[in-house]
Amino acid sequence: MSNEFLVFDHVTKRFGALTAVDDVSLSITKGEFFSLLGPSGCGKTTLLRMLGGFERPDSGRIYLEGKDITDLQPNERRVHTVFQNYALFPTMTIWDNIAFSLRLAKMPKVEIEEKVDSILEMIQMSEHAWKYPNQLSGGQKQRVAIARALVDRPQVLLLDEPLAALDLKLRQHMLIELDTIHDQVGITFIYVTHDQGEAMSLSDRIAVLNRGHVEQLDVPAKIYEEPSSRFVASFIGDTNFFSGRITSVEGDYCFIEVDGFPQIKAYNDKKLTVGQTLDLSVRPEKIRVTKTPPPPEKGASINVFPSVVRDIVYQGVYTKYWLDSGELKISALKPHSRFLLDQERVTWNDSVFVWWYPDDAYMVETK
Amino acid sequence: MSDSPMRTSRSEWGLTTPSFVWLLVFFAIPAVIVFLFTFHARTPEGGVGPWSFQTWRELVDPDYPAIVWKTLRVSFKVTLWSILLALPCAYAIARMEKRWRAIVAGAIMLPFWTSFVVRVFAWKTMLHPDGWLQTCYHAYLHFKMWVCAWFSAPPPAVSNPGGCLLGLSYCPVDNATTTILDSEAAVVLVSVYTFLPFAIMPIYTAAEKFDFSLMEAARDLGAKSFYAFRKIFIPGIRQGIVSAVLMVFIPAIGSYVIPQMVGGTSCILIGNKIFDRAMANRNIPHASALSVLMAVSVLVPIAVVIWWRARQNARDRKRLEAETTRMMTSVATAGGVA
Repeated sequence: MSNEFLVFDHVTKRFGALTAVDDVSLSITKGEFFSLLGPSGCGKTTLLRMLGGFERPDSGRIYLEGKDITDLQPNERRVHTVFQNYALFPTMTIWDNIAFSLRLAKMPKVEIEEKVDSILEMIQMSEHAWKYPNQLSGGQKQRVAIARALVDRPQVLLLDEPLAALDLKLRQHMLIELDTIHDQVGITFIYVTHDQGEAMSLSDRIAVLNRGHVEQLDVPAKIYEEPSSRFVASFIGDTNFFSGRITSVEGDYCFIEVDGFPQIKAYNDKKLTVGQTLDLSVRPEKIRVTKTPPPPEKGASINVFPSVVRDIVYQGVYTKYWLDSGELKISALKPHSRFLLDQERVTWNDSVFVWWYPDDAYMVETK
Repeated sequence: MSDSPMRTSRSEWGLTTPSFVWLLVFFAIPAVIVFLFTFHARTPEGGVGPWSFQTWRELVDPDYPAIVWKTLRVSFKVTLWSILLALPCAYAIARMEKRWRAIVAGAIMLPFWTSFVVRVFAWKTMLHPDGWLQTCYHAYLHFKMWVCAWFSAPPPAVSNPGGCLLGLSYCPVDNATTTILDSEAAVVLVSVYTFLPFAIMPIYTAAEKFDFSLMEAARDLGAKSFYAFRKIFIPGIRQGIVSAVLMVFIPAIGSYVIPQMVGGTSCILIGNKIFDRAMANRNIPHASALSVLMAVSVLVPIAVVIWWRARQNARDRKRLEAETTRMMTSVATAGGVA
């Protein structure tokens, strides 16, 4: 346990009848960009607040570099937070805001000046040093909040939905900037968000939280491609679920019987046997939609189902289709890597074929 | 489109004129009249006589500077204690649950439903030598004496019986010298009681708007609770504190009921003097002159506050300008090198 950098050891926190964090154990390595991802009310903010020292767990301990920090006051731990609303001190200039923690540490004046000036340069805010927070834009405030939390080099930086208040373009810009800052300072970042896109693009690892417990902890690609549960599969991106039962197994593949739908062939990576039930997750982008059946050279083992187009949403980069297939509704995503207008168009109420490779589906919630 | 600003200004005039007229008729003109009265002599019947500097000459009363000074001192003490008590109080209310806030704020205002004179009279009975507060105070003094005796402190020479109020020295408790009523302390105590809601309310209003996540941010960055209270909360609600200071200081300076009822002869303030001149001596010009004197002594601190704030704003602006110029120069120099 002591060789781990930051450890949550069976941490539980209740608010009245609600269990916000339910027996969570996590271990985070030094320098990592770690995300806590989940819908609102999943306990991610409570976890962060316990780490910051603003809440005390009802049971369990938190260790930082081998030291038990569970009962320390917020000012007694070298863990700083970037708050969602930035929480910049409105009565102080940007410079004084950033110097706050250094002055508290009774650092020599020259050193404070050096550190504040250099971090202002890093976030490219030197010319705004003597402004007050209300004279800055959202993105600038965000950068100042990060600089203020980073200037005295904390052991861990906590980011509580830091981009939630920014508009889309700025958010994308700040994502890249955050990544750059993390690379520059090498401090452990713990990032709380409900936005799977943010978490996926920044994190080394993601913990997906649901109702107070960790559903899955893994690298982004694994979380997306190999979700451990129905919840993770549906929370991270879109997916189609097929609930069914295994009717036969042929080598590495199996056949699944689904109510109101033809039989589906899938790669049997969980080594299920006949009679077991499962949810099969097929991501929309893995499903093709064509007016003609797939050419025979694609192989006979492919899943092909006749369907009817019910809805189309054109997004430029891709088109999203909702289709009726058997008694189920399927969503599919068609990326436009070729010039769209030259192609044969699929429109509303067209009879089409949807198809996917057995290897592209993933089994969850097996029993 | 082009006449819309005109219309706006006309409707603005319509809305503000009544209050302007009200202030002019019932405040500005009377204030000028009071000021002009000071340049008149009194008439024996209690009226206002011909133009004269007589009133201002009479004002050179050797008692007045001491009374003005005492009034300012008492008002300052009252303001200080009110603010010191109001700050934690307002902080606590602002941190309460919403429905509790309304209840507590209501409870603070509740005494105003009873007559002010009745409330001060209640204090008079409590502070009376037979009143329970005075009894408690004496019990405390006796207890302290007993403690001193227990630790066999040397019996001091009882040259200054009042000294036992401050030091932990053994002394006999003399009822005559340890009465709270009819002292400056009583005036300060009752004034603080009276004006406290006026201090709490503006501070509470500011504290309610205060973003308490800033306190968390300060704690997060390494500040202890009290440091965060001092460096983040207090500056964050300074507007409320400034209004509270004015709300307490101004009425405190003009108060005459409280010193008259609980101050006795040992705490006569300028308000009492004005009352005496106007009502007992029927010398309206003299009372007017004292009022003008008092008004000036109130306006001076306000002017100082305004000047100080203007100066601070100017300093901030100047610093910003200087910094911007420096940046521009360095950018220009860098450009020249490139």
